[in-house]
Amino acid sequence: MKREILNYPDKKHFSPKSNPRWGKEEETEIFGQNVKLFRKGKISEDDFRRFRLQHGAYGSRLQQNYSMVRIKIPSGEITPEQLEKIGALSEAFSIGSAHVSTRQNIQLHWVQLEDVSEVMRGLVDVGLTTREACGNTIRNVMCSHFAGVCPDEEFDSTPYSKAIARFFLRNPVCQNLPRKFKINFACCSRHGLVRIADIGLIPMKKEGINGFKIYLGGGLGAASFIGHQLEEFTSEDRLVSTCVAVVRLFDRLGNRENMARNRMRYLVNEMGWSKFQRLVIKERSNVEMTISLETLNRYKVEWETPGIRQLSNGRKLPLINEKVDVNSDPYKRWLHSNVVPQKQNGYFVVFITLGAGDITSNQLRSLAKTIRNYSGEECARNTPNQNFAVRYVKANNLPEFYNDLVKIGLANPGALSLSSVVGCSGTTSCNLAITNSHRLAKEIQSKFIELGIDTEDSLRDSTIKISGCPNSCGQHEIATIGFYGGASRVDGAMTPTYTMMFGGKDGEEGMLGKSVMRVPAKRVIATLIKIIEIYKQERSAEESLSRWISKLINGVVNGRGQVKSLDDMKSALAQTVTLPSPSDDPEAYMDYGNDIKFSAKTARGECAA
Amino acid sequence: MRSLKYAFKEKKTNNILSKNRTLSKSQDIITNVDILRSLIRKNSVRIVDVRKEDEYKKEHIKTAISIPLATVLADDSPERIVKLLEQSGISDKTLVVVYDDTFGALAARVAWTFQYVGHSNTSLLETTFTKWKNYGFETEKKVNVFPRAKHSLKVNTDIYANYDEVEKTKTEQNKILVDSRERLNFLSEHIPGATNLPYTMLGTSDSILREPQEIRRFMENRGISTDNEVITYCGSVGTLSGLAYYALRMGGVKNIRLYSRSFKEWKKLGKPIEEFKDANFWDLSAE
Repeated sequence: MKREILNYPDKKHFSPKSNPRWGKEEETEIFGQNVKLFRKGKISEDDFRRFRLQHGAYGSRLQQNYSMVRIKIPSGEITPEQLEKIGALSEAFSIGSAHVSTRQNIQLHWVQLEDVSEVMRGLVDVGLTTREACGNTIRNVMCSHFAGVCPDEEFDSTPYSKAIARFFLRNPVCQNLPRKFKINFACCSRHGLVRIADIGLIPMKKEGINGFKIYLGGGLGAASFIGHQLEEFTSEDRLVSTCVAVVRLFDRLGNRENMARNRMRYLVNEMGWSKFQRLVIKERSNVEMTISLETLNRYKVEWETPGIRQLSNGRKLPLINEKVDVNSDPYKRWLHSNVVPQKQNGYFVVFITLGAGDITSNQLRSLAKTIRNYSGEECARNTPNQNFAVRYVKANNLPEFYNDLVKIGLANPGALSLSSVVGCSGTTSCNLAITNSHRLAKEIQSKFIELGIDTEDSLRDSTIKISGCPNSCGQHEIATIGFYGGASRVDGAMTPTYTMMFGGKDGEEGMLGKSVMRVPAKRVIATLIKIIEIYKQERSAEESLSRWISKLINGVVNGRGQVKSLDDMKSALAQTVTLPSPSDDPEAYMDYGNDIKFSAKTARGECAA
Repeated sequence: MRSLKYAFKEKKTNNILSKNRTLSKSQDIITNVDILRSLIRKNSVRIVDVRKEDEYKKEHIKTAISIPLATVLADDSPERIVKLLEQSGISDKTLVVVYDDTFGALAARVAWTFQYVGHSNTSLLETTFTKWKNYGFETEKKVNVFPRAKHSLKVNTDIYANYDEVEKTKTEQNKILVDSRERLNFLSEHIPGATNLPYTMLGTSDSILREPQEIRRFMENRGISTDNEVITYCGSVGTLSGLAYYALRMGGVKNIRLYSRSFKEWKKLGKPIEEFKDANFWDLSAE
């Protein structure tokens, strides 16, 4: 049963993963027809919106004639052929760049509504779908990008993640939920977003049996909650009945009235965890007693054993732990912050650094080639940090791999460091956004690479994540330093500002960040640099930034200096966050990407609450 | 090696040919590589290379002459264009095939200009120079000169639009204005009432123009029927919109014109513009 890693002596026996068939041709036809009917006024706006969202097309910022097409990448696993196709579709119908989201989707922005069916048609060719990528249904099922290669995992959760995704896609049980529903699989307690999902799952074994530790009712948004553990251990044969039970409960009891409070986490919170927990256990018994064989047959865990292609003889690579600094050889610097060893001896995971998830069509095409050349499994995974992970790379292929990336402008260091900043799409395309979080994330990244922040090991376990509004698509609440956008009056002028949060965490230890203070958009970079400076003065010996910040928010810092609490921090930053007067520097009051006076414009949200 | 490649290509193009048969006219617009090769062998075509002259001098398709796009644009008065044709040994009846090395847009602008002065017998090569060369087809370095020919001047005003006609598309129901620039340029600003059909939608990696049935589908999606009067425009000199002009003709639009002075002239004249400034869409592009 267990997926085996086979080292075949040559390529002959290797068959790359075939594209799964998630998409359906007829759905693209139906979508095209419905757009025409909608334009003729034969479908109401509300009905059409619902239909459009169910098929993964989200309205663009203040321009309903354009869509963001959200392509689901179940478990984040993507083949070179799929990357090439997304590149071609982006070039033809979108803006020539694709955007990797924080939930393992790939988004094409500003697609004319009339062309959405064409994009879907292209996706079906390579087995992909946008079905149920938006709307009140089960969204893309995520799986840790380390699953299968993580040294700490008990088994590979990928086949389960895919089986659950297949089970729920187009399943009548989840076509009209009170609100969207998210399922995230981890590989171990460290990697994965299990505490901020409706259902979060960590693989674990008990007495030799595969199963999961399941967390329920977590989620980020205007009000965020950390998920609760259902039971000590859920064996794999109860996985599907447990998930169905939770979805059915939510469907039945969830709030269908108040759009702002209808995610499952509110239901859990209002009802109280212990009551919800009892209901889930009871509902699961009902499901197990009544589920039809036909329904059950939708669920099938497929252990793929394609084998891993032997690329060449591998050597151990000690280099990646070597100390580097801003003046180091670029290749060494890249190795240091973009490459990690797998549990399989001699293989490495290579991370491709993107800027807030953006990648051009040409880069997608070239990256596809690189993956074919150097990944033993001939596919990649997109990560919630808006990067790509290419796995099963042999040590002696790393220099060539790097050179390929240099040629296509994808060789930036820092994918696994503080300089890899997450940013949602913000005012570049989203109706709800107040600020240009997307551009800010990229600005921080380039500044940090310039400063060599990626080379500093004490900053490596920290993250920066930015959302353009309180709705958390940028997952700011689980960042070491998170920001969400807003508008405030500063010195009489409307100004784009961010609320800064400290101490968020992902993984099983998931924790929500604490609000610190507001920072004007144009002072965010200076503020971050100042925080790092203060941390370096204040930390005790080997303490990492994230550890120091944890202690700071708990008020248990015992360093030498002045900053021992959040209040101290606020005072220390007071000067840095202050803007010059509007007449001295009008630009300081504008948002990134704008040369006009700032004003907060938003419209109805369709996707995130 | 060469013969292998050739066999493959032949198979593929036969396939395209058979598809094309279902929709007539497309073959007038596009000449496929096999047909051009046999025309070269029979010495019954004048091939026009619109790349820069020094690129032409390095290597070009066998028997081609050089008429760079810049030469055409330097002065595209009908009298001068006819003179260019005559100098190149092109008479009224000569079959002309035009190619470039980008994605067909430069060739399209030159081909349109020839047709505008009355040389209707003009067609676009389905592929670019680099691909032609990669297929292993005939090239040479020799600069070709042909004896001067006589060419009449019959300006075809039916395929040209000035700003006045562009303005009418806003009020007249049957008229459609197509902007063929990329999406982000269109979003930033465009002529009011225009619909965006980016040039990036028109071709594939194999051919400068998609198959007619695909173009037809894109048109239908946008509510463009073959009976509409369509005007295409782009940013400055009518290259991208030249390609759109041929694409829409291939999709079956009978009455189609090119606003060759395009958005550059429109702005210079201070005509109204539709802008969209409420989103930072440019910041979505990767470096």
